[in-house]
Amino acid sequence: MTQPIDLTLAEARDALRDRKLSAVELTQSYIGAIDKARALNCFVTETPDRALDMAKASDARIASGSAGPLEGVPLGIKDLYATEGVHTQACSHILDGFKPRYESTVTSQLWSDGAVMLGKLNMDEFAMGSSNETSYYGPVASPWMPPNWSEDKARAALASDKRGLLVPGGSSGGSAAAVAARLCLGATATDTGGSIRQPAAFTGTVGIKPTYGRCSRWGIVAFASSLDQAGPIARTVRDSAIMLRSMAGHDAKDTTSVDTPVPDYEKAVGASIKGKKIGIPKEYRIDGMPAEIDALWKQGIEWLKAAGAEIVDISLPHTKTALPAYYIVAPAEASSNLARYDGVRYGLRVPGKDIADMYQKTRAEGFGREVRRRIMIGTYVLSAGYYDAYYVRAQKIRTLIKRDFETVYAQGVDAILTPATPSAAFGIGEKGSADPVEMYLNDVFTVTVNMAGLPGLAVPAGLSSDGLPLGLQLIGRPFEEETLFSLAEVIEQAAGRIKLPQVWW
Amino acid sequence: MNTHAKPSKLLKGATGDWEIVVGMEIHAQVNSRSKLFSGASTEFGGEQNGHVSLVDAAMPGMLPVINRECVAQAIRTGLGLNAQINLRSVFDRKNYFYPDLPQGYQISQYKSPIVGEGEVIVDVTPTEQITVGIERLHLEQDAGKSLHDQSPTDSFVDLNRSGVALMEIVSKPDLRSADEARAYVTKLRTILRYLGTCDGDMEKGNLRADVNVSVRKPGGPLGTRCEIKNVNSIRFIGQAVEVEARRQIGIIEDGGKINQETRLFDPGKGETRSMRSKEEAHDYRYFPDPDLLPLEFTQTYVDELAAKLPELPDEKKARFMRDYGLPGYDAGVLVMERASADYYEAVAKGRDAKAAANWVINELFGRLNKEGKDIETSPVSSAQLGGIVDLITEGVISGKIAKDLFEIVWTEGGDPRAIVDTRGMKQVTDTGAIEAAVDAIIAANPDKVAQAQAKPTMLGWFVGQVMKQTGGKANPQSVNELLKSKLGI
Amino acid sequence: MSVDQATVRRIAHLARIAVTDEEVPHLAEEINAILSFVEELNAIDVTGVEPMTSVIPMKMKMRDDVVTDHAGADVVVANAPVSEDHFFMVPKVVE
Repeated sequence: MTQPIDLTLAEARDALRDRKLSAVELTQSYIGAIDKARALNCFVTETPDRALDMAKASDARIASGSAGPLEGVPLGIKDLYATEGVHTQACSHILDGFKPRYESTVTSQLWSDGAVMLGKLNMDEFAMGSSNETSYYGPVASPWMPPNWSEDKARAALASDKRGLLVPGGSSGGSAAAVAARLCLGATATDTGGSIRQPAAFTGTVGIKPTYGRCSRWGIVAFASSLDQAGPIARTVRDSAIMLRSMAGHDAKDTTSVDTPVPDYEKAVGASIKGKKIGIPKEYRIDGMPAEIDALWKQGIEWLKAAGAEIVDISLPHTKTALPAYYIVAPAEASSNLARYDGVRYGLRVPGKDIADMYQKTRAEGFGREVRRRIMIGTYVLSAGYYDAYYVRAQKIRTLIKRDFETVYAQGVDAILTPATPSAAFGIGEKGSADPVEMYLNDVFTVTVNMAGLPGLAVPAGLSSDGLPLGLQLIGRPFEEETLFSLAEVIEQAAGRIKLPQVWW
Repeated sequence: MNTHAKPSKLLKGATGDWEIVVGMEIHAQVNSRSKLFSGASTEFGGEQNGHVSLVDAAMPGMLPVINRECVAQAIRTGLGLNAQINLRSVFDRKNYFYPDLPQGYQISQYKSPIVGEGEVIVDVTPTEQITVGIERLHLEQDAGKSLHDQSPTDSFVDLNRSGVALMEIVSKPDLRSADEARAYVTKLRTILRYLGTCDGDMEKGNLRADVNVSVRKPGGPLGTRCEIKNVNSIRFIGQAVEVEARRQIGIIEDGGKINQETRLFDPGKGETRSMRSKEEAHDYRYFPDPDLLPLEFTQTYVDELAAKLPELPDEKKARFMRDYGLPGYDAGVLVMERASADYYEAVAKGRDAKAAANWVINELFGRLNKEGKDIETSPVSSAQLGGIVDLITEGVISGKIAKDLFEIVWTEGGDPRAIVDTRGMKQVTDTGAIEAAVDAIIAANPDKVAQAQAKPTMLGWFVGQVMKQTGGKANPQSVNELLKSKLGI
Repeated sequence: MSVDQATVRRIAHLARIAVTDEEVPHLAEEINAILSFVEELNAIDVTGVEPMTSVIPMKMKMRDDVVTDHAGADVVVANAPVSEDHFFMVPKVVE
């Protein structure tokens, strides 16, 4: 018999609604699974008591016929989202002990739709990273075992420093790993340069970064304000569509959120894609890209073509500039956004001989290496004499990147298909220790989407020769997430749903 | 503009005359109920950190949302300064660390302010008018407050002011003396109060000035300037300009050089001193705030606000001179405060406008000043003062009695006409009664009569006696005439 | 462009992050690696291009001037490392 945790979000929702399963029962299954998976380090805080209380309330609402769209659905929440009275630290030492007295808009919407909170998920510190290795709470191990490893070897690594185990990607590594390990039905995540799509691709899950402004940023710890967007990671395209509907919406507290109605995204799942014009950008065929990524991409093209889509070759000439421009814009904004962590009003304070000393010690000790590095880069590119050469130039290039997309959309392209990542998941401790740029290159396919504010979705499309998940990315027109769900469903159906790893941990 | 100072404004130094050059940055707190980017109250006072929202305290994940009214207030102020209104402006972040700056940056407008160039006409003396150029006006957040004197080891931080909207109004360096600086701030304050965009309360710090002072030889190139921070009274602004200019002249004449620096005015010692903590090289790393879109509105919106602007002091003064025939000085005094002007107009309506002006300026303002009251708390209403003026005009009371009556109304209140009735203060115009009194006094003082006939200025003594006898109620004109004819002078 | 150790110290000071003598050369190296990575942007012609101000074209919405936020001093200082009598406390600032 199928265990409750093997149900997808859509299946669980239906089972709950049909009273075949109680929310408490389902929640208990997840609490049990989380308990056994602690070594993966997906959760930084578990909230089982709250989860059970919420589940009981869900059961009551289901019984009274007032169930919400996510009634009784247990979710994990990225540590970047403020959750009232619960650990909210962006996985940074500098927010030690911080328990906000407020709830982020997105999570408020999830709770009012009936969802159940299991706890807070690990992530790269302040969402800066592509492997979840920058977390103050240590790395997350992917539930996917490294190729040719035995379960014993993997368990031994898990018990020690996790080196050699696979990264789940980042920054939403805890979210992706928890979903792939079936520790929650879905998870909230955020994406500034690829932090939803890259971990989804690495773990065989589905992640969507909606259009900038689709979800409120209020109550989500800011990394780079003009790039950050909230979105879900879930096991299937349908599950991610269900979650996004509850997460999205206008919020008067975020003036960059958009006041347009939220469609029922689930309706787009399974809709025909006949006649949709899909652009294939030649600039994404980069040097040194593994042949199997290229093959996967071609396979994706064939699947969409077979479902009636029209494939066109397109050019996005400024693609190559996106990553370097991102590494100016994002650190610049971050250097300013993270100035508030000064040891005065919340979080860590390291005493100093005077105020300046207190600031410097607190921030040196409170921020991890990658965060410190990005704050310094950001400070530099904004400083007198360099602002125009770096920041202003990067923002001009951003205009050009966006113009590239506008041009192809004006030519009738409905969506763009690309690989999600240049490789499958790599090992913990393997990348970026000597040269930070090596790690940054992970985001080469995803970052353009943030720079242009567009929606992007990563969907599993197959396995590498080593048996690791690989994903494709669909990029849409602004606010046309529905098209992405329809297209992704075609890929998911054609590829066959990826079989998530069995419990070895 | 006012580029060269008149010789009378120059300061004398050992090496000759020096010209003072002053420009000002005025920080004016915007009149609004809630803060610029949060829904917390702007109310003054209250418990520490009691008027602080999560946004003001820069809690993680908080976002600014702009207050429509603060934008309107900035536009109104721009219009009142005859300035260019920019339909598109941008909020920037000014990055620096300070305990009362919770975000680690101040949201301000750096490259694209909401208001551009304008000008203000300033009366320096009743006869001298100058035009002061406005460089720009922008909106920004106020910081919180650190108290440094509560403990030997700690500073206490209160964020109640954090996020309150300020307008920074930057003048061109068009001022040439301490008097001009004072007059400029006075005028600006008047305009802001007329517009209702800032209450101008300098004691509460709702209006404060950073004063840039330099000196030069008349007509020579501009000297190095020093910025005197946060001067919070008009009197201190004048003093600060004066002492800073003298300090600079002293240094230059002794062969020294002026360091461009930030200084603080110490009113107790009457000197400015360097603020060493502010000396550190700043690099504010301005960049457009990515949490806020550009601030945009239409010309139609600006026009709507312009149409609803109140009459401003310059227009009002001109109207008072034209319609009421007042001299410029009187009109200028009356329009200093909108409430005073309104009061005056209420008194003047249907009455002798000049008499009304005399009563308002001399009696009422004089008395208000003496008692430290302002027009809003005047114990004598415009209707009451108008009633007193009516009684004089009608000849019911004399000017002297009117002053007594004013005193009674001030201290006891009541309807002036009723007071005059019940207390028998009416002027005696019955010549029979006056004649009787005159006759009696002439009869009783033959020696004085002789003196008066020799020296007609003695008439005053007789008038005084008659007035005394009639309890001040005799019509002075009648008394005069009767005495003259009876004494034969 | 590349940064020297003095620049690293200046940036660290602006960012209020203490750096040790041993860290400085490494930081300079890392920052220079990133700066050389972004160097290629200099080759792009940006003549006449407006810098991006908002990625999705929209107008900034404004709020009405009403007092809506009454967090209360208890809530405001709830997470403070050091507070007294609803004040945040910091090492004495010398003006």
